[in-house]
Amino acid sequence: MRKTRLIAVLVVRDGQVVQSVRFKHTNVIHYDPVHAMECFNKWAVDEIVILNVSRDAESRDKFAEIVGNICSDCFVPVTVGGWITDVDYASRMLRSGADKLCLNTVFHTAPELVTRISRRYGRQCIVASIDIKRAEDGLASVYVDRGRIDTRVAPLDWARRAVELGAGEIFFNSIDHDGNRKGYDLESLQQICNGVEVPVIAFGGVFRWDHLAEGVTAGADAVAAANIFHYTEHSAKKAKKFLFNAGYPVRSN
Amino acid sequence: MAAPKIAIIDYGMGNLRSVMNAFREVKGEASIETDPERLADYTGILLPGVGAFEEAIASLRKSGMADALDMQRRTGKSILGICLGMQLMCRSSQENGLHEGLGWIDAAVNPIPPKGVKIPHIGWNDLMITREHVLVRDLPPSPDVYFVHSYRVECADPQDVIATCHHGEPFCVMFARDNVQGIQFHPEKSQQVGLKILSNFVESLA
Repeated sequence: MRKTRLIAVLVVRDGQVVQSVRFKHTNVIHYDPVHAMECFNKWAVDEIVILNVSRDAESRDKFAEIVGNICSDCFVPVTVGGWITDVDYASRMLRSGADKLCLNTVFHTAPELVTRISRRYGRQCIVASIDIKRAEDGLASVYVDRGRIDTRVAPLDWARRAVELGAGEIFFNSIDHDGNRKGYDLESLQQICNGVEVPVIAFGGVFRWDHLAEGVTAGADAVAAANIFHYTEHSAKKAKKFLFNAGYPVRSN
Repeated sequence: MAAPKIAIIDYGMGNLRSVMNAFREVKGEASIETDPERLADYTGILLPGVGAFEEAIASLRKSGMADALDMQRRTGKSILGICLGMQLMCRSSQENGLHEGLGWIDAAVNPIPPKGVKIPHIGWNDLMITREHVLVRDLPPSPDVYFVHSYRVECADPQDVIATCHHGEPFCVMFARDNVQGIQFHPEKSQQVGLKILSNFVESLA
C-alpha cells in the first residue's frame, strides 16, 4: 500500500532558509540550508522540497550550488523549484541531484516549455506549483511570479490545464494560508484533489499535526509543511507518529 | 582483488549525482562515464535514468553507447538499470508511441492502468520480494521504497521477476536474468533500504 508522504519544505531566499508568511520573508531560520536539510533527513521526512523564492533571477547560480550541496548527502527524494525558466537550467537542477522539478510561473508565461521539459524528462518529473489567493468576495484565483501576478484563472481549471501541459503532480499552496497557522485551504485543496488524476501535495498553513490529517482527508497524496519542522524538535517523527495513530499509512523503515 | 569499479552511464539524462553519492555512501567505487569505448575498464555498469524513453534510447544509440553496453552484456558483465534504465533494458516501450528498447529482457513497458489509483505512481510503497536474489539479500520484510513513474515493466517470463509492488494491482519492480538486473524504484532515494540494495550490488561484483 502506498504511504502518505510527509514532506518538508525549505524556503530559500538569497541563499538562506527563511520563514514565509503570506509570501513575505522576514525571518531567517537557517543561514545554511544544508544544515536545515540534515535535521530533516535524520528526522525521517519522506521527501524534501526546496524552493528558491528570491526576487530576481540572479539567484539561480547560488541556488543550484545549494541544491548540489544538499543532494550530496541526502538519500530521500528532492523536488526543486524557483526560476526554472529554460531547459538548460532544468537539466542542471536534475544533474545536481534533484528528482523532480517544481514549475510555477512558466505555466503562465511559457506553457510550451512545460510540455518540452515534460517530454524530455517524463511527466513524473514535473510538479505544477499552484499558488492560490482569495479575493474579498472569497473567490479563489491562481497567482504566479511569487504571488505577484493574478492570472484570474480558477484553481481547478488551472490544475487541469497543468496536467494537460505535462505535469505529473500538483504542489498546492495558498498565499492567504501560507505561514498563517490555520491549516490548509481545504476547500480549494479538495476541489483539486477530486478534479485531477495526478497526486496532489498539500502545503501552506500547518501549525498543528491535525492539520496534516485534514489535508489527507481532503484527498491530498502528500502533506507538506515548512515552519513547523524548523521550530519543533524531532518534528517529523512526531508528525509521523500522529498520522500513524490517526490510522494513516506511513513509511515504517 | 582490487575493489570493483562501477561505471555510471551518462547519456545526457538523469540524476547522476544522486547515484554517485549513494555509491560513495556504501563504499562503492563509481565514476560517471560518457565514453562507450571505456566500458571494458569497469567491473560493473549502472544504467540510471530520469526521463522519457524515446529520447533516452535515441541518445544511447547515437553515441554508440547502446552497442557498447550490449557488447559488455555479452561478456557477462553485471549491469544494473534504475528506473528508466530498467525500462530501457526491455524489448519495447509504449511511452509517447511504440519504441524499441535494448531488448535484453523479454518485457514490455506499458502505462500503469488507472484502476482507481493516482498516476504517476509517486511515493513510498511496499516492496514484495518474490524470489531470492543477491540484490534483495538481508532486507527487512516488505520494506518501503521510493517510486516515481508512470510506466511499468511487464515481464513475459515470471521467472525474471524478483520483486513486485501493488498500485492498483501488483506489478514487477525488480527483475534479473543472468547478469542483467533492473530496479523500477530509486534505491539512491530510498534511505537505508535503498543503500542496502546498492551495497548488495557492489558486493556481488567482488
